[in-house]
Amino acid sequence: MSDSKKLIVAVAGQPNSGKSTIFNMLTGARQHVANYPGVTVEKKTGSFRLKEDRVELIDLPGTHSLTSYTQEERIARDFLLNERPAVVVNVVDASNLERNLYLTFQLAEMEIPLVVNLNMMDVAEKRGQKIDIENLSRQLGAPVVPTVGNRGKGKKELKEAILATSKEQQATSFQIDYGETLEPALNSLEKVLSEDTGFSARYPLRWLAVKLMENDKEAQRLVREYSKKRGIILRLAEEKREAFARDQGGSPEKIIAVRRHQEAQRIVETCVTCRKDIPGTLTDRIDQVVCNRYMGPIILAATIYLIYELAIVQGYNITAYTWPVLAWSRDLIASLLPSEGFISDPFFRSMPLWVTDGTIAVLNYVPIFLILFALIAILEDTGYMARMAFILDRIFRYFGLHGQSVLPMVIGGLYVGGCAIPGVMACRAMKDEKARIATIMIVPLMNCLAKVPFYVLLIGIFFTAYKGVAMFFIATITIIIALSVAKILSLTVLRKKESAPFVMDMPPYHLPTIRGVLGRCLERTWLFVKKIITIVIVVSVIVYVLIYFPGISKERKSCYMNQADQAIQTFFKKIGKDNPYAPLLAGDKSTSFATYWGDYKKARMGAKGKEAKESIDQNFREKNFEFFKIVKRGKYTVEGKAIKDKYAARIYKAYKKLDKKRNRLRREQKEETIINSFMGRAGRFMEPLTKWAGFNWRINIALMSAFAAKESSVATLGGIYQSRPGEKEETLEKRMKEKEKGWTALHVLAIMLFMAMYPPCIPTLLMVRLETGSTKWMLFATFYPIVLGIIIAVLVFTGGNLLGLSGMQAMIAFYILALIFLVLMGLIKEEPEFT
Amino acid sequence: MTLDAMKPGQECEILDITAEGIVGQRLMDMGFIPGARVKMVRNAPLVDPVEFLMKGCHISLRHSEAKKVEVKPL
Ligand SMILES: Nc1nc2c(ncn2[C@@H]2O[C@H](COP(=O)(O)OP(=O)(O)O)[C@@H](O)[C@H]2O)c(=O)[nH]1
Ligand SMILES: [Mg+2]
Repeated sequence: MSDSKKLIVAVAGQPNSGKSTIFNMLTGARQHVANYPGVTVEKKTGSFRLKEDRVELIDLPGTHSLTSYTQEERIARDFLLNERPAVVVNVVDASNLERNLYLTFQLAEMEIPLVVNLNMMDVAEKRGQKIDIENLSRQLGAPVVPTVGNRGKGKKELKEAILATSKEQQATSFQIDYGETLEPALNSLEKVLSEDTGFSARYPLRWLAVKLMENDKEAQRLVREYSKKRGIILRLAEEKREAFARDQGGSPEKIIAVRRHQEAQRIVETCVTCRKDIPGTLTDRIDQVVCNRYMGPIILAATIYLIYELAIVQGYNITAYTWPVLAWSRDLIASLLPSEGFISDPFFRSMPLWVTDGTIAVLNYVPIFLILFALIAILEDTGYMARMAFILDRIFRYFGLHGQSVLPMVIGGLYVGGCAIPGVMACRAMKDEKARIATIMIVPLMNCLAKVPFYVLLIGIFFTAYKGVAMFFIATITIIIALSVAKILSLTVLRKKESAPFVMDMPPYHLPTIRGVLGRCLERTWLFVKKIITIVIVVSVIVYVLIYFPGISKERKSCYMNQADQAIQTFFKKIGKDNPYAPLLAGDKSTSFATYWGDYKKARMGAKGKEAKESIDQNFREKNFEFFKIVKRGKYTVEGKAIKDKYAARIYKAYKKLDKKRNRLRREQKEETIINSFMGRAGRFMEPLTKWAGFNWRINIALMSAFAAKESSVATLGGIYQSRPGEKEETLEKRMKEKEKGWTALHVLAIMLFMAMYPPCIPTLLMVRLETGSTKWMLFATFYPIVLGIIIAVLVFTGGNLLGLSGMQAMIAFYILALIFLVLMGLIKEEPEFT
Repeated sequence: MTLDAMKPGQECEILDITAEGIVGQRLMDMGFIPGARVKMVRNAPLVDPVEFLMKGCHISLRHSEAKKVEVKPL
């Protein structure tokens, strides 16, 4: 522990220069992803050993420049300014040197020891470019290290250069000559800045002078807050800027940019030979098709369909294989908890199981996430993402969104089936803050996989004749509403948000690497799983309490107990005192039989074919032979001899009755508990209001319970719409129809629309908080859909009733209205305001 | 003439950037500076945005942004 130091090293570079690849190459697996405080830009840190020092590496956001206009540039810049890393590794795309040097110059200006990393050397070579590395290094006054990041070439040399530079602690001597029109002004500004020694020790002065001439707001703030000479400095800068504008007829920032570009060009001309100016001819040819007026949209639609098919459809199929694992872990947890009671379970069984169910319902979607994230990574890496934005920007811009909004919306369930969680996460790539938040807000309005069963149930009952039409309606109306909402948001609450120019790079196409794609998809999935496991648990406990407490009265409880006791007594009477199996079922042992009975039934139900059934029988026979005799209705074999055991058969018959009775009691008690719970009371309390939307209290409860996870809405309905005592078990569809005789298609339409607008589930809300970096936005995302849903439901239900419309008519009328509204919203002009 | 009025395949030289603030800065950072040569490649299928080629890099702009760049056709 003697002289082991911690070196802070930052990786900076333009987007797509291979920054993350170099970062991974240096750190290997030891990395950590978080956000910069207060903002949603990802902060990736990692560490590695360098001789006796420990290096902490930070991946700065990829930026073209270092102005204070965008969040990413501000973050990169503030980090360099305030943390003063020992070394900055400037990753430069060697095949695109001229453009990349523009950033290098700005890094040099910040007077931080620099290592220039010429990455993508293979690409430069393929283009026939020869780079004179020594010359470049001499001109830049910094070591230059060539690498091929994705093949790990040059790793050792890069590390050595970092070490050497950190030892020297020498900033590069390189300076841009801004010309005789600007240099005198810069010099006099520098001179005044240096007069406050405290201040000048902290900040690079020439850099500040340049920034002040550029009219950079953040630089002005630094001076205002920290310099004793603030008045003089700011006034001088203002004077110089004005003088420059008067004499030169333009702003200083223009000349500064021009000089940087000229300098980059000069250096490239002296250091790079054999420049063939025909890079990316293949890209051009691909783009002729992919961005073509006719082919472009077709290919785009095909891509979107492919994403849907691969991730949502196939991913969902895969969950059929992963579900047993989750179910198994649930059973494992269940077996560790206190065992279940006859008609009601102890709190420490039912609550943990409820939480487990909620968690695995979401974890069930992990295969879908993995595929989605992999596909997103592929779209990003190949360069097609930029083309998607290019093709669609025009449409989305009408509604305050961005061409990049399309992918999150597809993932969220643009047609039928998606998931808002990865949808919200996919918004991360968007640079335009205003459009990004608008997109995050509307992604949950898409039809996620969990909403679909609810639609299917209701459409199956009340729109039997028009199933396809109704499904089409619900799938497309959500897009119409979401776009309108986006526009309204961007005209109101988002009006003041920072927007960004569209100006977008269209990178050359290239093949993604398996490592890169897998790495990113695992990283994002893991981020999600971590969140789920922590916070979802807390929230589902709260929902559990709301649904099951305060519980039913003592009298009612004992009434259920009495019924249960009676059922048990009847059971023992039926099997007879002399039954040799009776002791097996007495007292505590009855629960182990109940478990055995349930397990056997479940196992047999899942088994297909004679062989499978026989092997299950063998299994259960070995587990407990006495119980086995009973579940086989007394028909079993001993040493090949068939035996008919009438005692066991009698028990079987009686137990079956008892089991049925027990299940009914459990359900009835549960129903009563829910109705009396906080949520049930709220549901009834709201009925006078919600009846205008066509919701009775039963629906209110189902809708409220869906908040924990939408999957549970159908289950809750199943709990509320019980078969009446003495009736035979019916499907949920039939039971609902039976109980809600007064319902018309109008009721159902209103309910479906409300469900379509339903607030995001809790995991999605967590992601909204994470991606917006603000609890306020999370709350907004929770409540605006409720308000919107109620307005729409009331409009459809009450409006439809007043006009005497049928469900179908109301559906069509509402659709047309929504379309008209959408077009009107699209026509409202919104001039982008830039600060 | 301004950059947004260019036809596909047409080349021009930039004379001036009239955009201020963030748009102007971003255009200049991407290399749209007086003297630079730009080729208009294509419009998006719905006409906006528009793709340009400059020094081997493809960059797309909205027409409203391209309007703020004064050019001289070559
Ligand atoms: N041919 C080649 N490709 C590279 C090299 N370094 C990175 N890449 C690829 O370039 C793409 C962009 O790299 P990434 O690290 O994500 O860039 P970032 O945007 O700067 O973080 C990825 O697909 C990498 O696999 C290199 O040296 N040669
Ligand atoms: Mg990166």
